[in-house]
Amino acid sequence: MKSHWKTWLIVMLAVVFTMTFAFTVRADRADTLVTTGAIWAPPSNWNPLYFAPEPGTVGLAYEPLFHYNAIEGEYIPWLAAEEGAWIEDDVFHVELRAEPEWHDGQTLTAQDVVFTFELAEEYNLEYTYLWNYLEEVTALNDREVEFHFDTPNYQEWKQVLYEIPIIPEHIFSEIPEEDLQTISDLSEFAGQEVVGSGPYTYDDATPDRMIWQRVDNWWGNEVHGEPAPRFIEILVTDANHIVLGMVLQEQIDLSNNFLPGTPSIAENPGYNITTYYDGPPYHVPDNTAMLFFNTQEKGLDDADFRRAVSFAINPEEIVERAYEHTVEKADPTGLFGGWLDYRSEDAVDEYGFEYDPDTAVTKLEEAGYTDTTGDGWRNHPDGDDLSYQIEVPAGWSDWEDSVRIIAEQLRDIGLNVEPNFVDFSIYEDNMLTANFDMLINNFTTGKSGTPYTYWDGVASDQIYDEQATQGNYGRYENEELFEYIDLFNRMPDGEAAAYRVAEDIQEILLQDMPSVPLWYNGAWAVMSEVYWTNWPTEHNPTGFPLSWGGDWQLGTVQMLLELEPIE
Amino acid sequence: MGKYFGKKLIIYIITFFIAVTINWLAPRFIPGDPVTSLLAQYQGPAAGRQMLETRLRTLFGLEGSLIQQYINFWANLLRGDLGRSILQFPREVSEIVKNNIIYDIAVLLPAISLSWIVGNKIGAMAGENEKIDRYIMPLFYGFVSSPYFWFAIIVVFVFAHSLGWFPTARAYGAGVRPAFTLNFIIVFLRHWFLPFFTMFLVGLGQWSIGMRNMVIYEIESNYANYLRSLGARQKLIRNYAFRNGVLPQVTGLAIQLGQIVSGAITVQVVFDYPGLGRLMYQAVQQQDFFVLQGAFLSLILMVLAANFLIDIIYMFIDPRIRLSYSEEE
Repeated sequence: MKSHWKTWLIVMLAVVFTMTFAFTVRADRADTLVTTGAIWAPPSNWNPLYFAPEPGTVGLAYEPLFHYNAIEGEYIPWLAAEEGAWIEDDVFHVELRAEPEWHDGQTLTAQDVVFTFELAEEYNLEYTYLWNYLEEVTALNDREVEFHFDTPNYQEWKQVLYEIPIIPEHIFSEIPEEDLQTISDLSEFAGQEVVGSGPYTYDDATPDRMIWQRVDNWWGNEVHGEPAPRFIEILVTDANHIVLGMVLQEQIDLSNNFLPGTPSIAENPGYNITTYYDGPPYHVPDNTAMLFFNTQEKGLDDADFRRAVSFAINPEEIVERAYEHTVEKADPTGLFGGWLDYRSEDAVDEYGFEYDPDTAVTKLEEAGYTDTTGDGWRNHPDGDDLSYQIEVPAGWSDWEDSVRIIAEQLRDIGLNVEPNFVDFSIYEDNMLTANFDMLINNFTTGKSGTPYTYWDGVASDQIYDEQATQGNYGRYENEELFEYIDLFNRMPDGEAAAYRVAEDIQEILLQDMPSVPLWYNGAWAVMSEVYWTNWPTEHNPTGFPLSWGGDWQLGTVQMLLELEPIE
Repeated sequence: MGKYFGKKLIIYIITFFIAVTINWLAPRFIPGDPVTSLLAQYQGPAAGRQMLETRLRTLFGLEGSLIQQYINFWANLLRGDLGRSILQFPREVSEIVKNNIIYDIAVLLPAISLSWIVGNKIGAMAGENEKIDRYIMPLFYGFVSSPYFWFAIIVVFVFAHSLGWFPTARAYGAGVRPAFTLNFIIVFLRHWFLPFFTMFLVGLGQWSIGMRNMVIYEIESNYANYLRSLGARQKLIRNYAFRNGVLPQVTGLAIQLGQIVSGAITVQVVFDYPGLGRLMYQAVQQQDFFVLQGAFLSLILMVLAANFLIDIIYMFIDPRIRLSYSEEE
């Protein structure tokens, strides 16, 4: 008995060890692009009408009329043949390419475009709000579509063009209303999970990865080019440090996780790693990290107090200590990329802020926030104790470090501020229901084709429900500003009036400071040169290396078209 | 015999009922509402949101009072319906559990049984042989006193990062598909080895130390001395000592099972290795009630079943139990 088990164990260990050293497994790997950072839970939904479909559903499988290269700030006609045109003030005209086809071989026509939009008129979908100002969508013929508006929201429309994927009428018209948004895939109706028009389709999904397979006879091969990876494997990852380990073992081609230590691996040629910029900040900005104040709370409802805080925070210290220079501090307007076209120099000169604790102290003293009780902390002007917490999700280590630094800096000028780390679900709940003092967030400040989305995100007027899901989490109320933002939305680009309104918006935001733009969170991208090369970088700006959901049509598909396998 | 099982069965049924009830109750005390939190990503109009919320609550069985939900829960459970995952909506929990449990079995079964068998053998040897005792036991004390997660990190650091012999994480690498091919089996084994090894080593320490102390005690006991004075060979005495020493070890296995399974959670998290443990960890973090319930339920069933099995084994290895029940009949 004894010797039997021993032998068994020894043989088993020997086999495992021999195999380990005898083989190095690289088969099947060469034609696969492996990415991380996009999926955090087992993949389960490929319905473009669901509010959180798996990354790639839009962009890889279903395609919008346009792509938008977020780095270059340019629109790329995708299903559309050329740039769309406002042929009248309230009529937008799009001509489709002749080539687009659905994966099942049917032609993609203007009628599918009409169907996609009319579906949201008939049913309550995520983009139903468009029908607040959209009047009619008509197909002039198989290839031409006209959108007629009541009062066109020109700015928002720019985002719609690349955000809404066109869906096949012949399949989606079969799905009953109650399932339209919640059904996970099309197997029941079309015999396959996905019937899109894009370069990739559903191949497999297991609890730990999502696999997209190239559509070899994709209509765009002739027009846009053929993507090199046959498979795209998006790994579900739990933790950044695990991804870092896998990057060091050369298992991942594109990591879109925030990886501590990026500068040291990027600058060590031994690791075969590329980042977009050779040096700091290594990554392209993706969104602006904001400090939101709950403007319904005593003290935080005071613009003087909020402005004083903006002078007391030193983002440079956050950039250095929490991010090792992988981000850049934000402009006082919070704008970046293509939005900078609307940046107002005058507004910044007059009302801008920068780190200057002395100014912060002066402003606090002037506004009456002094230490009246002698306990070392400043009090409210009426003598009440003043203490706040800054909330971020527990485990988001970069944000945890950042609020520790912010709290330190505010405590240095006598404000009793503590960091507070809570579970993400609680953080989110608190944020949406304005149950916090201050918090860091960036959900509504992501890159886009128009600064309207940023302003709407930091000062949305959708703040009167129990949950504020559109941004402006501190429920800052300013009718005048809301009106300006709405007015900007209704102005086409290039009009002098649009610049004037943009300046007014920036002035109000800087004067009232409902939230402080702190730093630009990066589009974290660590690219490996082991299996693939010709990655987008500052020297080779061919696209955007980001596999997050909603980003594929913002330059990531362009990246796929340019990637080359390493022989 | 029948009475022995009857008694045990009733205890198991009561344990199951209480465990499942706590399991149902606990997630509902977590602050925050999972549907609201899921819908936080929804950007559409209020009417659409309302419709989605109603539909999701129905699909999740979250409508009605708590009592109603509890009754529905049992009704569904007895039909084998564990509900749908909130996070992996609309996937069914039973399917998710099934996909994960394979990995638990693959790692835990060999780790527990091998560490128990090998640990007991080495422990018995150490109890008798001073050299083994002196050189190996301190090492095992080290194993047993290290928490699983810490030990796992050390194992990753040494065998994956420094030596580069094994991959750091996951069940199989990128670009590989599960298939019955040599290639996949090798990849799978390479990934499987370190989580298995960690669980094995910690267990090994535990069982060998227990067995060592037992054997030392048994060998010095009266019956052993008596045997010795009768002139019995050392091997015979050793065998008796072992048989007596193994009894508490079997009981220990039953008691420790729950702890080993929870140790597996931390090992799975460190190695990013699939399994019920990691599934529960994710479900807690993301408030996925139903997955949490399903995973926990499976763990309860597994631990109870293993205990039951041990009860049966106990009857065979301890004649006293067998006799006391068969005499009553």
